[in-house]
Amino acid sequence: MIKAIVVFNNHGKPRLIKFFQHYNEDMQQQIVRETFHLVSKRDENVCNFLEGGSLIGGSDYKIIYRHYATLYFVFCVDSSESELGILDLIQVFVETLDKAFENVCELDLIFHVDKVHYILQELVMGGMVLETNMTEIVTRIEEQSKLEKSEAGLAGAPARVVSAAKNLDLPKLPSNIQLPNLPSFR
Amino acid sequence: MALKKVKGSLERVFDKNLHDLVRGIRNHKDDEAKFIAQCIDEIKQELRQDNIAVKANAVAKLTYLQMLGYDISWAAFNVIEVMSSNKFTFKRIGYLAASQSFHEETEVLMLTTNMIRKDLSSQNQYDAAIALNGLSCFMTPDLARDLANDVMTLMTSTRPYIRKRAVLIMYKIFLKFPEALRPAFPRLKEKLEDPDPGVQSAAVNVICELARKNPKNYLSLAPVFFKLMTSSTNNWVLIKIIKLFGALTPLEPRLGKKLIEPLTNLIHSTSAMSLLYECINTVIAGMPNHNASIQLCVQKLRILIEDSDQNLKYLGLLAMSKILKTHPKSVQAHKDLILQCLDDKDESIRLRALDLLYGMVSKKNLMEIVRKLMVHMDKAEGSMYRDELLSKIVQICSQNNYQYITNFEWYVSVLVELTRVEGTRHGSVIASQMLDVAIRVKAIRAFAVEQMAQLLENSHTVASSAQRNGICEVLYAAAWIAGEFSEHLRDPRGTLDDMLRQKVTSLPGHIQAVFVQNIMKLYAAILVKYEEDEDNDGIREVSDLLVEKLPMFVQSGDLEVQERACCILQLMKYVKKLQDKDVSCADEVAALFAGELNPVAPKAQRKVAVPEGLDLDKWINDPPSDSSDDEGPANSLFIPDDSRMMNESMTRPVVEELSDDELERRREARRAETQNNPHYLKLGASAKGSKYQEVVNVEDIPVANIDLSVPLYVPVTENSPQSTKRLSDKYLEAERQARKRDKKRRHGKKSKRRHKSESEEDVPVVHKVDIMGGEMPEGATESGDEGNLELDDNDPHKLLDIDLDRPLDADEKLPVRTHRIVSPSAEDRPVEEKKKHHRKDKEKEKKRKEKEKKKSKKEKKRNKSGDDSAHPSLLIATELMSPGHEAIPSPGEEEEVAPPSAPVKKDTTPKKEEPKDDLDFWLSGQDAPVAVEVTAPEPGAAADVDSDAEDTSRHKKKKEKKAKKEKKEKKEKKEKKKKSKVANDEDVDSGRRDGFEELNSDGPPLPPMSSYRLLAEDSNIKMTYETRVQSQQGQQLIVSVIFTSLAEQHLKSLEFNVMDSLNTKMDRLPGATTHDGVPVPFQLPPNSFNEGQFAFQVQSINVAQKLRGTLTYTIKTEESSTSEKLDFKLYLPCTAFLIATPCSSDAFARLLQGGELSSKYSIKLSSGGAPFSHVLAKVCFYGHFAIVEQIDQSASLYSCSTQGHHICLLVKANGGGDVSIDGKCADGSLLSNVMEEIKVTAS
Repeated sequence: MIKAIVVFNNHGKPRLIKFFQHYNEDMQQQIVRETFHLVSKRDENVCNFLEGGSLIGGSDYKIIYRHYATLYFVFCVDSSESELGILDLIQVFVETLDKAFENVCELDLIFHVDKVHYILQELVMGGMVLETNMTEIVTRIEEQSKLEKSEAGLAGAPARVVSAAKNLDLPKLPSNIQLPNLPSFR
Repeated sequence: MALKKVKGSLERVFDKNLHDLVRGIRNHKDDEAKFIAQCIDEIKQELRQDNIAVKANAVAKLTYLQMLGYDISWAAFNVIEVMSSNKFTFKRIGYLAASQSFHEETEVLMLTTNMIRKDLSSQNQYDAAIALNGLSCFMTPDLARDLANDVMTLMTSTRPYIRKRAVLIMYKIFLKFPEALRPAFPRLKEKLEDPDPGVQSAAVNVICELARKNPKNYLSLAPVFFKLMTSSTNNWVLIKIIKLFGALTPLEPRLGKKLIEPLTNLIHSTSAMSLLYECINTVIAGMPNHNASIQLCVQKLRILIEDSDQNLKYLGLLAMSKILKTHPKSVQAHKDLILQCLDDKDESIRLRALDLLYGMVSKKNLMEIVRKLMVHMDKAEGSMYRDELLSKIVQICSQNNYQYITNFEWYVSVLVELTRVEGTRHGSVIASQMLDVAIRVKAIRAFAVEQMAQLLENSHTVASSAQRNGICEVLYAAAWIAGEFSEHLRDPRGTLDDMLRQKVTSLPGHIQAVFVQNIMKLYAAILVKYEEDEDNDGIREVSDLLVEKLPMFVQSGDLEVQERACCILQLMKYVKKLQDKDVSCADEVAALFAGELNPVAPKAQRKVAVPEGLDLDKWINDPPSDSSDDEGPANSLFIPDDSRMMNESMTRPVVEELSDDELERRREARRAETQNNPHYLKLGASAKGSKYQEVVNVEDIPVANIDLSVPLYVPVTENSPQSTKRLSDKYLEAERQARKRDKKRRHGKKSKRRHKSESEEDVPVVHKVDIMGGEMPEGATESGDEGNLELDDNDPHKLLDIDLDRPLDADEKLPVRTHRIVSPSAEDRPVEEKKKHHRKDKEKEKKRKEKEKKKSKKEKKRNKSGDDSAHPSLLIATELMSPGHEAIPSPGEEEEVAPPSAPVKKDTTPKKEEPKDDLDFWLSGQDAPVAVEVTAPEPGAAADVDSDAEDTSRHKKKKEKKAKKEKKEKKEKKEKKKKSKVANDEDVDSGRRDGFEELNSDGPPLPPMSSYRLLAEDSNIKMTYETRVQSQQGQQLIVSVIFTSLAEQHLKSLEFNVMDSLNTKMDRLPGATTHDGVPVPFQLPPNSFNEGQFAFQVQSINVAQKLRGTLTYTIKTEESSTSEKLDFKLYLPCTAFLIATPCSSDAFARLLQGGELSSKYSIKLSSGGAPFSHVLAKVCFYGHFAIVEQIDQSASLYSCSTQGHHICLLVKANGGGDVSIDGKCADGSLLSNVMEEIKVTAS
């Protein structure tokens, strides 16, 4: 089981948090802080596994993370998950984000956290891996976006115009997340 | 309308959306909190509006704020409002907010049940998916109970997208509503073989999660998983399955044997590291005795550890540590690699390597390894890692009763060095080691005491860190050792001074207490010495010193210190008074601390046997009366002492009931053990029977010559903790040198043993030390008595420890919310119910399983048919087992499920074997093909399965040979019995079957035959039919149709209609015209099938009939229902009207001779290579003939039509596979039609 999925940036600002076990908001923030503290001090070329922090789980839990450009993708899992499998899942998640946002960067996650959640929902459900086939996931996401657009229809048009106008002054997007290859799995 | 919408949305444009919120927060970095407070006010405003779009926008913003740590539970009701929107866009926003903020205690969740149910059954699969997703995050026991059945339905959805989600969420339902597990399990098991890989993977996932906590309940699934493992190519699924096997194999050793081959194959072949790694893990967990595989694993792990990928390195070390437990030798071969990992820059990897070191050490390399660790400790930055190193050093050295330590002086020096580690939390660990070594290793005491005196001298450096459990704890040990073994002190007076320093009062209380006590011990020792020397000045001086200094302890805030100090101070004053009178009292003072403390085994207290006649539960004095009510508050003056409480609990011993024999046996065993154990002192002959046998004079201890190159007294260089040369290194060097010398010597001798590698024994033991075992009471042996590992009571999995192999009881159903239906046959049911209860009471646990199986099936059948019988009686409906409740036969399972060939047939074939036995069979099959599988029973004739069963038994026969001959014979008897039973139970078409049964009792296995043929099929429903006739009713034919639902919705109002021909008419409801169909008296739930019967009146039977017909039905969903139509052609052959009637050969001969059968007809058919008996069986089965006589390759058959026509056939096999059939009958057209039909069906 996956217990939690957290994405935060190099400064520990949460960009996505998804807990599959209930914690109140304060606890969630504390876990994010602790995890950030654990993960951020590690070098780039060390392994991606950490024995769990004190707040989350115990000896049965592991923190498995990947660092892409400005973002850390952290999964907290128990011993029923394969470590390398989860690393691959993170890769699938990020690659899917990359496809859905066309060269994903941190700003996409900042402004479209809801969409990121929807993508994650296609991968993981209730802490269990749901789908790992990227084409399938992307198809489903696109179908849902289409559905959303068709519902907005005529009424949605003005809102889209205004939001497009609002977006004009967006700052220059920082560089993309680079996607390294993962030889271990496929 | 549209205009209004546009206008509404234009107004909304100026509301803040999520985008604006995020941007706003980014622009207000300085006063973020204030800005967000403002936003929350706006959101509250928006939530008050009626427009759902505005609300959804507000909820979306709240979800974002939740991520930043703001509590949004106050908006729970608004979230539900948004969830209930009809629009996908808003619904999704609502469910997301709910999944992030709702939990079990969210009260409004009560309101959502119906809404979620509606969403689950939505036509739009994405609506259902988001509902399932949301539900997975906030499942409550109530929701689980109420929605379990709906999710069960979704598990059979036609869309894999929904199906896989439904399967996954079942796990959450089981956790909250364990009662759902048993009813839902068969379907879950079915999903293991789902055509969609995603669904399959989900099912594997769920079962793995379930089995992880309660593996034994899932052992019977092993064959299914085995098959999946050997067939699946999906790595995700494979990993899960292999992990599952890792949990199962420890419970069933035979499973491990079975797995070795495929697993090693995978290890060799796979390129996926993740899969390789899991295979290795399972091999380690499941088959630790298979040396070849373990060796393979170790090899592969070495490759992983050598990999440049740090992740693989980490995992390799992790798996290595698992092997270490069972195969330390194999791992030790890779010591070089592991030591190398100690230098890795990655802390995680170093920690893993440290774990492994534990098993790497030997007498030979212990010093070297510890030295390496100490160097690491100096370099280590984080205190966490340093602490880990420290505790590892202690652990490595002390393991197995100091097995690998050859030189305890070295070890004590190491411990002393460890006290200089900054900021460690393990002070008490070091302290207990010091105490342990000093007490148990008598020969080391002199050295240890000197070291401790040094420590006390330098106590100011140590005592400065006052943190609890800090390094100052070692002073506790130092003080005690110096005091207790003061006879070894070089300068007792100096040490006494050290212990009386002002600084000591800043130490924690419990350490001061030990100081006070040991000051007195020291004083006693000094006194004795001075009196011997008659040094009266010295005596006076030291007494004065104590009287002067002790008051500083009397002022201590710690009760224990104060009490002891007071006591000792008074004692001192008294001693001083005596000394002033020139009375020598040294002996009396020393007597206070006379005697030696012996180590006691940790479990000794518990093992003290209760003497005979002692009842520990009896009051010694009468219990105090409860009336003393003024005692209560007085007690609060004293702080309850934990240790006292512990002592109280300790006095309740574990009473071991031992017989005398047993006691003697244990004593004997213990004696033998102590004899052989080098760590035990050998008993003197006289010591026998003494309680303190192990107490032997120090002089008796065999002490080896001490290597003189090691100075006994090594001054601790207190000012130079960073000095490059370590104290303990001296020992290492000494050892190295000794070894070198040794080597040289051997080299010089040119001994033949030159090539022999150094063994453990070659390690020069510098300092042989005897270690005393702890004292144990007589008759007790050291043994571990750890309790079994059990699941925590709070673990929801505890409730899921449910036997899944036991067949379902009748009352085990998922709760379905239905309207109350008053059953028309209500009067039947109470009787049924009563019967059930009556029987239930009688039943004993053991018998229950089998009986209940039968009963539940029967009862279900009856209950259903009770409901159904409300419909017109010309339709006889029988409930068949729905596949959801049907046990799938495992591969190799030898059982027959009676096919539903007759409407009133009883369940004649109960399960013979328990599923466990099937597993046994599967596991015992050494080289048998894995899938000896009985095809899942399809609605078909009994013959179908019978023949299959025989097939299997034949298969078994070959395989099991002599050993199981007896068993087999029994089985065959059983089968025969069953057959006859089947025959007896058939009251409709018994005749037509009889001939076939006889035929089938011998000869090669028959191909499966079914009298059911396909009528029509579309995407929602499939119909197969069989015809039945009865001899008394010459005009009537009954068509029995099995309707199988293929849809995921309910199918309702089925109507069966056939266009009547002149010759054939369907029986309809009274008053119905020929255009009205006959309503089918049941509805079809998803994935079920049911049988309906329709009667036809037939005029003439000598021509085959083809009738056109239509089935109309309605697909019912929550909102809508659609009508569907399915056309079919109902074919009624002439043979349908024949009844296989037994006929004696005499009667047969008379018939032929009578001349009544005037018409003749002949056909020839090719058997296609099938043996004659097969052809004959086919003719009998499809043509409804009975065998009159069979001689070799020819047979005479007889049948009688419903209208009394006699048909006689002579079947002959001609050479070359041809079979000729000659027939005689009174009616020529009937004969020719029948025989042409036979030609078609039998060839």
